Amino acid sequence: MFKLLDGPQTLGRGKIFWSCFLAVLAGALIYPVFADSYDVGNFSYFLIWIFMALGLCLMWGYGGMLSFGQTFFFGIAGYGYGVLAINMGGGTTTIAAIILSVLIAMAAAAVLGYFMIWGGISGIFFGIVTLSATLVLAFFLGQTAGPEWHIGTARLNGFNGMKGMDPLAVGDFYIEGSALYYVMIALIVIVYIALRMLVNSSVGNVIVATRENPQRAEMLGYDVRKYQLLTFVIGSGLAGLSGALYTSWGQFITPSSIGLPAAAMPIVWVAFSGRSDLTATLVGSFLLLFGFQTITVYSQQAALVLMGTLLLATVMLAPQGFVLGIGKLVVDWWTRRRRREPAPTLADAGRLQSDET
Amino acid sequence: MALVDVKGVSKRFGGLTAVSDVDLTVNAGEVHCLIGPNGAGKSTLFKLIVGLYPPTGGSILFDSVDITNERPYARVQRGMSIKMQAPSVFKELPVRQNIQIALQERLSGAERSAEEDRLLTLLDLAQDSDKLAGALSHGQQQWLEIGMALALQPQLLLLDEPTAGMSPEETFKTGELIKSFNAEGMTVLVVEHDMAFVRQVAQRVTVLHLGKIFARGDLETILQDEKVADIYLGQSHAH
Repeated sequence: MFKLLDGPQTLGRGKIFWSCFLAVLAGALIYPVFADSYDVGNFSYFLIWIFMALGLCLMWGYGGMLSFGQTFFFGIAGYGYGVLAINMGGGTTTIAAIILSVLIAMAAAAVLGYFMIWGGISGIFFGIVTLSATLVLAFFLGQTAGPEWHIGTARLNGFNGMKGMDPLAVGDFYIEGSALYYVMIALIVIVYIALRMLVNSSVGNVIVATRENPQRAEMLGYDVRKYQLLTFVIGSGLAGLSGALYTSWGQFITPSSIGLPAAAMPIVWVAFSGRSDLTATLVGSFLLLFGFQTITVYSQQAALVLMGTLLLATVMLAPQGFVLGIGKLVVDWWTRRRRREPAPTLADAGRLQSDET
Repeated sequence: MALVDVKGVSKRFGGLTAVSDVDLTVNAGEVHCLIGPNGAGKSTLFKLIVGLYPPTGGSILFDSVDITNERPYARVQRGMSIKMQAPSVFKELPVRQNIQIALQERLSGAERSAEEDRLLTLLDLAQDSDKLAGALSHGQQQWLEIGMALALQPQLLLLDEPTAGMSPEETFKTGELIKSFNAEGMTVLVVEHDMAFVRQVAQRVTVLHLGKIFARGDLETILQDEKVADIYLGQSHAH
């Protein structure tokens, strides 16, 4: 098992890395003791989006499939949670609503992914089709304001958004505040560890091989379409998890959380962080969400401009991603310092490993 | 016994007929070379056999099973292994991982590690096993791809110009490698331009010209055929 955690597809290996990981985890676990409830709630909110970023990292960075459809599956599971939670009632059934809504998102990903992958859609066209699906869903939900648009007792409510669902609960205990924060931390650790094990397994080997050279992978006897579909379903399912948790957290969801500006955000997070590594995506996305939220308090427009600027800067200066580039720079600096060699630049460290997408 | 049986296969691209009503039999245990001048249709026929192109007409049997409509991965699972003309490796992955991906369906754990080491040593790539495959020289990438093809332990090894870009020494070594695997029972079908290499490995030769079978037989018979010499080899080769 440890071999899978420390395998070749993930940067950050060995005792020093895992010691840092445990230290950060310990810090995260004791954070609510020192922070006020507002900040703890905010941190829970940031963590909700990390699943979507990790899912995109898996699809884009490891699988070579640039999906613009993360908010499509976010929306399906988000609205799915709302519809299920309202119709099934509150309490412990919200746990079932979360699970079912993620499964619905994964089923939708399996259908859409099947037609795209078996239809031979790849490269930039993969992004275009997923973006189109996202915009269609956002447009459709935007015109559901009338009372005729309901599923059971749950009204979709158009741009006013769906509301009235219960938050996550076990019996009479609502999972909010610090409890929600700890659930988020536990889920992040589980998903992160599971994804590390996946990408370092023999399945992960084929996923990466498919990104690098799908024809060669097929000529080694692998039906690359099945591996691509698996990657797409898992990555999209993680976006669904973000959507269901988001609706549960805020007890509302609107089409604007699916539309174009929202759909572009995961791309920016993952591109800035470093799409080819899960740890870089985890850290970078959290930092960006924190920064975005902080700036949004003063000006939402300024925050959006900053996101665009960061994306441009990433493409120009560190196409492999800033967090990953800086991480590699630190490792290179340490290694060269011991050998007394000149240090590389960020552009050197951030060179693209693969520019397939 | 025929391992590959190509029956009346044709391939048209619009108005161009690249391969026309070709019959080809590759017997189990032989090294069979497919030769011909540029534009003869060798690579097209190769791609039809491996499944990269669907034929316009005809059928292809492998081990007596009709594989005409199967995708390349399914043909590989039946016992084919393929090396394409241009080096086709996973350039951004380490050399060892390239071999590992080829081996992982067949072996695991210590057995797989031992086989990785054996193949890397056999291909003179052991000292470069941690390098990215894209950092290898052209000839080394050719060997790496041959190693990946061999890792599958196929019944039939299909090689499209395996020595393109190799030095004479590397070419000779590749030929010896192919002969050693053939001696262990592996059937090999090679598309090749280099006549020295063909002389080194071929047991049977098929000559393609303008998309059709022009001649077939053992190498000496082909070399003495004046029509073959005219269209492809040049008189100096024939004598």
